[in-house]
Amino acid sequence: MIQALVFYLLAAVTVVAAVMVITARNPVHSVLWLILAFVNSAGLFLVIGAEFLAMILMIVYVGAVAVLFLFVVMMLDVDFSSLRRGALANLPLGLLIGVVLAVELVVVASAWQAGRLAGPGAPARPTPRDLPNAEALGQVLYTDFVLAFQVAGLVLLVAMVGAIVLTHRERPGVRRQSAAAQTARSPAEAVVLARPTVGAGVDTDAGVR
Amino acid sequence: MVAWFQSVLGEHWGWLVAHLVLVLAIALPVMLVMALSTWVDRKVWALVQLRKGPNVVGPFGLAQPFADGIKLFLKETIIPTGASKVVFLMAPMISFVLALVAWAVIPFDAGLVLADINLGLLYLFAISSLGVYGIIMSGWASNSRYAFLGGLRSAAQMVSYEVSIGLIIICVVLYASSFNLTEIVEAQRGAILGVFNLNLLNPLLVPVAVLFFISALAETNRPPFDLPEAEAELVAGYQTEYSSMAFALLMLGEYMNILLMCALFSILFLGGYLPPIDWAPLEAIPGLAWLFAKIVLVFILFAWVKALVPRYRYDQLMRLGWKVFLPFSLLWVAVVSGWLVFSGHYGGGS
Repeated sequence: MIQALVFYLLAAVTVVAAVMVITARNPVHSVLWLILAFVNSAGLFLVIGAEFLAMILMIVYVGAVAVLFLFVVMMLDVDFSSLRRGALANLPLGLLIGVVLAVELVVVASAWQAGRLAGPGAPARPTPRDLPNAEALGQVLYTDFVLAFQVAGLVLLVAMVGAIVLTHRERPGVRRQSAAAQTARSPAEAVVLARPTVGAGVDTDAGVR
Repeated sequence: MVAWFQSVLGEHWGWLVAHLVLVLAIALPVMLVMALSTWVDRKVWALVQLRKGPNVVGPFGLAQPFADGIKLFLKETIIPTGASKVVFLMAPMISFVLALVAWAVIPFDAGLVLADINLGLLYLFAISSLGVYGIIMSGWASNSRYAFLGGLRSAAQMVSYEVSIGLIIICVVLYASSFNLTEIVEAQRGAILGVFNLNLLNPLLVPVAVLFFISALAETNRPPFDLPEAEAELVAGYQTEYSSMAFALLMLGEYMNILLMCALFSILFLGGYLPPIDWAPLEAIPGLAWLFAKIVLVFILFAWVKALVPRYRYDQLMRLGWKVFLPFSLLWVAVVSGWLVFSGHYGGGS
């Protein structure tokens, strides 16, 4: 009973938050609604006993991805009302995507009812029931799916390198701080002690790099 | 205790009431200790500078935090015009509540923990990564340049140092082979030469402990990494526009997070509720006292650093986080896991 109540509460809040994401006037508010939707989905994961996924959803999506969203939305000052002006023209496309998604969901649900797929992708052995989430995931991730795991890592690495290469630019004439060079300096090369005669001045470049 | 409540009130209501009582039994002492920690902070700071610190209200000035609290409580709440009202008021509540719920998984003694969950450490990590929102929301909603810059700085800083904290945590988890905080503490029992109950004496974990301490300073916006609140350039950072209880909640959340980091350091590296040496007379002292002593010790270190070290520049802070800590902690995860497999820590060996 209580599980059903908690499920309906979390699911309702998730749906409402998701609707608010696209209807909120202020872009920052929309990102905050999105975060609420993420947190409630993590709650839904907890209800079905996938606590590891719930924690990872919180850490990765809420703690890192959504913070970056918030950063970008706050800094860019996007005028969302001008973006929304042409929304009606895109309505048929949006409806089409919605219908496709709904049909796919129905197909997946009926296929799941019919029984699981037996093929090369299916795990070789069932997961023991009493195993903690993290261990159960680790046991299949690093054995049966190690290739997929490695490929996913590689794809992420390539994306990261690509992003750096695309945005990196060498600017001439920038004075960079080199911490190693600074800490390696000794008083002998950094300080000049001079006792000038009155009116003569000091040649400051002498002895200084 | 849960069983007693269940026998009186029935299974479900008894469970609920018992857990509400337990939550209060943890939250109230934590808040009291947090109030006193502000006093310790100011006293240590004063001692370093050869001042007396708070010494007027109550014996040794011990009532000073409460006097400050009452003063803030009686002030008027000011909401700036042009502020996003709901977000402005929600931000301090979020940072306060998040700082409080994290204590649910801290083991105060063997078996003395509210939620003994399998993924306790991941839960703590998730909660602390949510802590950014209190700050970034307060910075944005204030509709003030100082607050906004402070919020951005703080968010960037917390996200950067969280990465290395996560990797450091993994090094400790590899030794305990569990995310459960009680098991992490128990794994330290006699871990060093069969006598010492602390990870800090493990040569492979010493550099990680130092890194964790520094990252904790950065994560909680403490000096020398207190750039979000750098007075000289940003007034008070994201707290600039806050007054009265809203300010108090932000402040309380901040100190509670510092205490949480101290508790986490004690649990990960100082053996939590275990006495430092496996010796019967020391075992007689309750675990709660040991944990408390360790938290106080680490907190005094925090306060000491605040008094001693000048503030970093922002680019230096980012360089330290991304170019020094991240590669080193990544390397160290490989070193620790390599050593553990090589030495046959997980049994079997190779």
